[in-house]
Amino acid sequence: MSALCRDCLHLGPPLTNRRCPHCSSPRLIAHEQLEKLTIAHMDCDAFYAAVEKRDRPELRDRPVIVGGGHRGVVTTCCYIARTFGVRSAMPMFKALALCPQAEVIFPDFSKYKTASAAIFAKLSKLTPLVQPLSLDEAWMDLTGAERLNGGCSALVLARLQNEIETEVGLTVSIGLAPNKFLAKIASDLDKPRGFAVIGQAEAESFLAPKPVGILPGVGPALVKTLEKAGLGTVGDLARAEPRDLVKIGGAYGLRLSQLAKGLDSRPVNPDQVRKSISAETTFAVDLSHVDALSDQLWPLCEKVARQMRAAAIAGRVATLKLKTSDFKLVTRRRTLAVPCQTARTLFAAARELLAAEARGQTYRLIGVGLSELVDATDAPNDLFGAEEAIARSKEKVIDGLRAKFGQGAVISGRALKMRPKSKS
Amino acid sequence: MKLTIERAALLKALGHVQSVVERRNTIPILSNVLLSASHRALTFSATDLDMEITDEVSARVEVPGQITAPAHTLYEIVRKLPDGAEVELSFDGDDPRLTVSAGRSRFNLPVLPAGDFPVMSSEGLSSHLLVDTGDLMRLIDKTRFAISTEETRYYLNGLYLHTVVENGETKLRAVATDGHRLALAEMPAPEGAAGSPGVIVPRKTVQEARRLLETAGETVELHLSPAKVRFNFGRAALTSKVIDGSFPDYARVIPRDNNRVLIVDNALFAAAVDRVATISAEKSRSVKMAVEPGRVILTVRNMEAGQAVEEVEVDYEGEGFEIGFNARYLLDVAGQIQENTAEFRFADPASPTLVLDPADAGVRYVLMPLRV
Repeated sequence: MSALCRDCLHLGPPLTNRRCPHCSSPRLIAHEQLEKLTIAHMDCDAFYAAVEKRDRPELRDRPVIVGGGHRGVVTTCCYIARTFGVRSAMPMFKALALCPQAEVIFPDFSKYKTASAAIFAKLSKLTPLVQPLSLDEAWMDLTGAERLNGGCSALVLARLQNEIETEVGLTVSIGLAPNKFLAKIASDLDKPRGFAVIGQAEAESFLAPKPVGILPGVGPALVKTLEKAGLGTVGDLARAEPRDLVKIGGAYGLRLSQLAKGLDSRPVNPDQVRKSISAETTFAVDLSHVDALSDQLWPLCEKVARQMRAAAIAGRVATLKLKTSDFKLVTRRRTLAVPCQTARTLFAAARELLAAEARGQTYRLIGVGLSELVDATDAPNDLFGAEEAIARSKEKVIDGLRAKFGQGAVISGRALKMRPKSKS
Repeated sequence: MKLTIERAALLKALGHVQSVVERRNTIPILSNVLLSASHRALTFSATDLDMEITDEVSARVEVPGQITAPAHTLYEIVRKLPDGAEVELSFDGDDPRLTVSAGRSRFNLPVLPAGDFPVMSSEGLSSHLLVDTGDLMRLIDKTRFAISTEETRYYLNGLYLHTVVENGETKLRAVATDGHRLALAEMPAPEGAAGSPGVIVPRKTVQEARRLLETAGETVELHLSPAKVRFNFGRAALTSKVIDGSFPDYARVIPRDNNRVLIVDNALFAAAVDRVATISAEKSRSVKMAVEPGRVILTVRNMEAGQAVEEVEVDYEGEGFEIGFNARYLLDVAGQIQENTAEFRFADPASPTLVLDPADAGVRYVLMPLRV
């Protein structure tokens, strides 16, 4: 058993007075396996809201909600707003009803990307095995990097946490465990500014009383199915015969059985391949006309296509997503003739799908995406791919111009009316 | 039902229909063949719900009737009976089994009621074409190798059979493509072709139709509707759903203005491609052609397997260039060309290449080059 002081990074045997013998800090973490565990999950605390507070110190003690407009949803809210019951993904009108004094800030992703890049630069100094989950979340495998980093993983991570706080100005929470699944569970335990450790020995008993919904891949539908089968807690799953779980969840049943026992053999994979790329937007007022919806669709197609080209991938299946005024979700997909990475092809397919849906119904949201991704360099020359090939070379030229002269350097006629009106 | 039939006739008819029947079936009756005895004839019918083959054979019918029995089992039994045997098939309500007897052999097979057998309706087959058997075989043979097997573009998984009017002449045309190569064969439109709908005939149907054409008479009746196709081969008939999708606008990928014309001895060229391709990578099978006046140098470079170079004499005048193709596609096309020479028409190394058969103006092949 050893204990680590998160402030002065003193590592020694645990003490009974629960204060660091060096600096008297109470922020000690003690665990049997503290010096042995190497898989970590890092998660920023209320990331977007924290970036906003960092840049506008006058907001420090006020509830802050980051999200889109009055009709949008809460993207992130600070911990003060959370005390009022505000949660992320909550519709904005509901959040403002709970916390009318909140400062609502429209998300500024370029700012968050910069902050994220600063954090990820620090992570990749510690190990090449960093698997990003989003802008503010990542797994790390620090196995074998102890000597390089001058200390056990726990010490290195505590130091990282302090560095991010002082140098980037943001707080993060760390979970340290023997595998990815437990590390992610752990990072959530002690939030914000937390550091939690779960060892293999106590994993099963720790998980047993938790509801099955905490397991990755177990959504509301599967929760219902499992509960019907008398499997309400993770402990129930751990005790169940894997064979019976297979009957309920197919191949995923086996994985559930493993996870419930705290086992997860997935490696930290820095080159995790994306399954789809998509973009969506919620309108200021509900829209029903196909032309009005198409105007919203085009910039989304451009955004998706740009990401596809930047990642050198192409997608075989185009998906259109619509949400009706009464919050019903409609998705329509189409297989494309050739793998696509251009706004032109994506828009053409999505618009056809849209034309079939825009028949008087009013919508509040539209989204578009590409899936069944393939390596764009692998995409063979295709007899029917000539138009896509021409569109690709055109859009690549536009990418280049925009990179050099800014996003506004080239604007398609279709996007022109979507530009925000200049403030007078 | 009770009848007697000659073994050879029975075997031939069962052979015609049983290939439609899937080996593994989740719907039991689809493993069976429908036997209908009436008027001195026995009719056979088998289906996989997408396609139905029927055949008719003369028989001495004592008691007419209908029943279904396992197709593959029945076929195997009849196949193993001695040549020249007279086979008796009988079924009556008392024994719920079909009795097959010949000489001293006797088999009892489980049956399922004829009323449950799904019969494909031939409604809406409004267009009737009378096609010469040899001509139809040619359309299929020249094109079917290019039918796609890739499921994502399901509408390419068949042969596109349709009529076109070119220079005032109506033609019946077959086109197959997998997006990397395309094969087109046409013939003067037979009677009744004008105005018939274009259909994408599924690969399996093309195979079965081709097999049945071997034993058909001089002409075949073709019945078409936007949803179905029916081939009448005299007594046997094949009815099939067609692929529900629209075939891409292939005409715009067939080059018109390719002006770099190269003539090569087809057999020599194919043999050379085959030789150098021995060491090509399994996946791309890429062969580089360096075209120069009077010759083509074929090169295959493979990181693991080494390098192969071969020179082939050709008829070509003009500036030199390099272009790459999948060796298998080159060989497939060479295999279809009847004339001693093949004619290549190139545009540039990134654009589709046209291949023509000087002996047959009614066929065209298009190959998409590979990057080399």
